[in-house]
Amino acid sequence: MQWEIVIGLEIHAQLTTASKIFSGSATTFGAEPNTQASLIDLGMPGTLPVLNAQAVRKAVKFGLAIDAEIGMTNVFARKNYFYPDLPKGYQTSQMDHPVVGKGFLDITLDDGTVKRVGVTRAHLEEDAGKSLHEDFQGMSGIDLNRAGTPLLEIVSEPDMRSAKEAVAYAKTVHSLVRYLGICDGNMAEGSLRCDCNVSIRPKGQAEFGTRCEIKNVNSFRFIEKAINTEVQRQIELIEDGGKVVQETRLYDPNKDETRSMRSKEEANDYRYFPCPDLLPVVLEPAFLEEVRAELPELPQQKRERFVSQFGLSTYDASVLSAQRELADYFEEVQRVCDDAKLAANWVMGELSSLLNKADLDIEQSPVSAAQLGGMIQRIKDNTISGKIAKMVFEALANGEGDSADAVIEAKGLKQVTDSGAIETMLDEVLAANAEQVEQYRAAEEAKRGKMFGFFVGQAMKASKGKANPQQVNELLRKKLDS
Amino acid sequence: MSFDRTDVEKIAHLARIALTDDEIPATTAKLSGILGLIDKMQAVDTRGVTPLAHPLETTQRLRPDTVTESNQRDAYQAIAPATEAGLYLVPKVIE
Repeated sequence: MQWEIVIGLEIHAQLTTASKIFSGSATTFGAEPNTQASLIDLGMPGTLPVLNAQAVRKAVKFGLAIDAEIGMTNVFARKNYFYPDLPKGYQTSQMDHPVVGKGFLDITLDDGTVKRVGVTRAHLEEDAGKSLHEDFQGMSGIDLNRAGTPLLEIVSEPDMRSAKEAVAYAKTVHSLVRYLGICDGNMAEGSLRCDCNVSIRPKGQAEFGTRCEIKNVNSFRFIEKAINTEVQRQIELIEDGGKVVQETRLYDPNKDETRSMRSKEEANDYRYFPCPDLLPVVLEPAFLEEVRAELPELPQQKRERFVSQFGLSTYDASVLSAQRELADYFEEVQRVCDDAKLAANWVMGELSSLLNKADLDIEQSPVSAAQLGGMIQRIKDNTISGKIAKMVFEALANGEGDSADAVIEAKGLKQVTDSGAIETMLDEVLAANAEQVEQYRAAEEAKRGKMFGFFVGQAMKASKGKANPQQVNELLRKKLDS
Repeated sequence: MSFDRTDVEKIAHLARIALTDDEIPATTAKLSGILGLIDKMQAVDTRGVTPLAHPLETTQRLRPDTVTESNQRDAYQAIAPATEAGLYLVPKVIE
């Protein structure tokens, strides 16, 4: 049987506000337990929530960026359930009238194709606290610092058909919220969390199969693994004559398996109703225009511009535009060296591998954009070859000079382009390898290519890599074939 | 529409209210009475009436995003039945 995978994602993005959504408590990550939990966050009787203007603004910003309908009158509702890290007994959320309605996001897949994924809605809500189940004399410990942190829950349509598409969508959301400056995107600290709704159906069938929700997957890699594992489980279950039960499951990365957390029919009767403590939020068109004017150039727009303005491939453009800071760095390198293709190659090649190895963000790069751009200029004007450039780059990364020029000067790396000097050097190389020269001349045409490479290698070695490779090639050929 | 015993048992569970077997018939009758009232309201023709999210005819005021609360943990935890290492302790919960 051919199965089709159907995936929808719910992404919780923690909004970067200084204070909580309904109280004036701080939202700083990692504070001592319960030092950022006020009477409102504790759900004390007699308190009233007051909505944070920035939370609304950031949510609207997201809505405008995905071309969504904005809920000009949006309403908070109570989602009722019992859990000790939710002291009020309900989560203040939005149901029928969310702040952000239908919109969409275009995602770019690995092969460069673009797919449009629908966003059903995005609503504001408060986060819950944290339960610690280590043994406190047989009890659980509750930290309410996180309770009341503003979240934007972004709900997608079930439009994705593979784990890879789901990851591409999650990365697109991640990139967008960071561009917009509404969420720091730190998945390790839980600033961006993902629930994956997964079902399968026989290929060609119109109705959806029964879905399972995998809760709180906290990295892109785990999203892909969790979905694939869950799909495999569902296929095996159905092919063995079983039935998928709608339920919430947890992904265990250590065992690479999902396991049942609770079944939906039992627990999920949330009895939503409009929250009487909060009035409808009414947005003015002027406010929308004000927020729209604040929108930066978005990743997709930047990607398209990189293609049209710089002639980059779609792939290069999407890698470079995925992160705002990386895009800025690339543009600065491009501006300095005036060669987008070389700039892209160096940023995505040597620079990225350097940052990966040292586990650094682009903002912490030991080589500045101006330094890299300056070095590429020297490749372009033939002062250094691409190979020598790698040495210069390494030296810059190690802080061995303020600029490429200083490194080239100090280490004597300037490329030799004087053909007289190169010829003298080549004559020496050929004289030292007289036997190979004879073999080369006696060899058939087909075998000469590899042998020719030997001489190039010897010549470059003799010049310590400084001879201009094109000239070496040309002059060598002349000498050997004459 | 009216409630039967199973509905009441389910709602009691969701609301974490313990009902004894003796209390269930009376509760069922009371809740069914409330539903009768709702049935009457449902019968009213409300086409053309905008749904009301709140009875007050005003809109939500927003608060500037500033931190106004300071750490009052000791004061708040003074009335908690059990705390340890700054945490509120509750009967063990494991999903």
